[in-house]
Amino acid sequence: MADASRFDERLTHRRRKGIVLGAVFFLATIFGLVVLITLLVDVVVQGSPWLSLDFISNYPSRIPERAGIKSAIVGSLWMIGLTAVVSVPLGVASAIYLEEYAPRGWIFKIIQININNLAGVPSVIYGILGLALFVRFFALGRSLLAGAFTMALLILPIIIIASQEAFRAVPQGIRESAFALGATRWQVIWSHLLPISAPSIMTGIILALSRAIGETAPLIMIGALTFIAFLPGSVMDPFTVLPIQIFNWTARPQPEFQGLAAAGIVVLLIVLFLMNLSAILLRNYFERFRPR
Amino acid sequence: MEVAEAQHAAGGPHLQGAQPSDELARNVYRSPRELLIEYALGFCALISILTTLGIAAVLLFESANFFAEVSIIDFLTQTEWTPQFSEKSYGIWPLLSGTMLVTVIAALVAIPIGLMSAIFIAEYAPDGARRVLKPGLELLAGIPTVVYGYFALTFVTPTLQPIIPGLKIYNALSAGLVVGVMIVPMVASLSEDAIRAVPRSLAEGAYALGATKIEVVLHVLVPGAISGIMASFILALSRAIGETMIVTLAAGATAKLTADPTDSIMTMTAYIVNVSLGDTPQGTIVYYSIFAVGLVLFLITLAMNFLANAIIHRYQERY
Repeated sequence: MADASRFDERLTHRRRKGIVLGAVFFLATIFGLVVLITLLVDVVVQGSPWLSLDFISNYPSRIPERAGIKSAIVGSLWMIGLTAVVSVPLGVASAIYLEEYAPRGWIFKIIQININNLAGVPSVIYGILGLALFVRFFALGRSLLAGAFTMALLILPIIIIASQEAFRAVPQGIRESAFALGATRWQVIWSHLLPISAPSIMTGIILALSRAIGETAPLIMIGALTFIAFLPGSVMDPFTVLPIQIFNWTARPQPEFQGLAAAGIVVLLIVLFLMNLSAILLRNYFERFRPR
Repeated sequence: MEVAEAQHAAGGPHLQGAQPSDELARNVYRSPRELLIEYALGFCALISILTTLGIAAVLLFESANFFAEVSIIDFLTQTEWTPQFSEKSYGIWPLLSGTMLVTVIAALVAIPIGLMSAIFIAEYAPDGARRVLKPGLELLAGIPTVVYGYFALTFVTPTLQPIIPGLKIYNALSAGLVVGVMIVPMVASLSEDAIRAVPRSLAEGAYALGATKIEVVLHVLVPGAISGIMASFILALSRAIGETMIVTLAAGATAKLTADPTDSIMTMTAYIVNVSLGDTPQGTIVYYSIFAVGLVLFLITLAMNFLANAIIHRYQERY
């Protein structure tokens, strides 16, 4: 008979270790959320004295009391609109080609690896590309159009990857039954795949655009001016956007301007929150109609 | 009208005999319209390749102008970066060390916290909590970097200054800590996916042998997911190296070869942005220097992304 007393399972010790480490894991998870809440509270506390309707409707000013974000908001809206017009058709079309046309050979593999790598390229590098290619080479100058092209290239990989996943989620049977009824490839895509995957694609597009609305570095690179007291009238005009205005105010030493920066951040975060919320609602709403 | 009738005759239920299928296929699939659409879509997919080529071409050609004036050996070996002085020196090391200092601090924050969050969300959290925690952490990833920069400069640094004597207004520590927070969700999310990909039977087997939960986590799940976890670290650090606005706002603009986290430093990304802010005329050597620094930055992040993918593909345990 084996001597049971020689096997010491030390269960109390092992369980105690488990409880302690489990608590540490929990605290680590909470840490991120605590920082998030601290950040939000700090920004709201610093920014709320400066938030008013005048803040939204005034142009930037050297006098803090008169400074506002009108040109930055309008610039951001232009920028997002133009970026979407350029990047959405390109991104969705690329995804359609990759998922529905491209033979699964080395070309597909190279494009796929390339897209994944592009998604990891630092945004400031896209700014360098935009500066050399759009601002100088195509001579678009420091215009909205140059900024939008740069931003479109930046979010293109995100839109492609999201749309690819959306197309992959469409059951194969839908393609096959459409083909069986004599539909051409494009008819299958246009009348079946696109309507079915539209909600997921829209969600991906909104998330990509909310990345673009917060990007600062690429637009500084292409020379988006920081002091603009007029609204852009055409796509060739110089412009500023909300994150650049925030950057400009944060970089100033006077505390008044940091308060203005916080107020600008509150507006930016509200816009981002609404975009994310619409993405989530859209997904949840259309989830019910998705064929399985 | 005729066409419609022909289509009706071909596709309708009253087919007279079998249609030759290859003729149908030719008409339907090889029609010029279908081919045109295919080529147009293929061209769109090509844009992503052209983007990569564009980045490489711009960085290489403009850097060539820089290296025509500054020897590449000086660039890689000298330890002073003083483009603004009368005695100019273009040694990349101060910028590289600034970037590395911030990245190491960020790694010290993000790797333990991200991995522990991943373990908690994957193994400990009940379903309800997971549904709150995961999107909650992902919110952190959605906050614009300029907002983090504001937070680092106006909250973290003033909070740390009474605790750490000698902490400058612009310092590597605050910037690194906040960059670390920014990349926590990336480590957590990718590592959690890796941990959840470990087959349940391995964990159940360990439980059957009498292991406690923490032993299953530390000796079965984490080792089983180690390739995905390592890849998540590398991808997150690559993100930290390329991070721009936090370091531009909070870490300063003093290119200095130092390992002192309380000191003001300058990263590669911050240098690129600072030159652009200064409205440097095109064609000067300072203008071309941003492309040389950009090239180094691009090569480092590209190598790290490739390394992460290689780890995932080569060392992945296949179950």
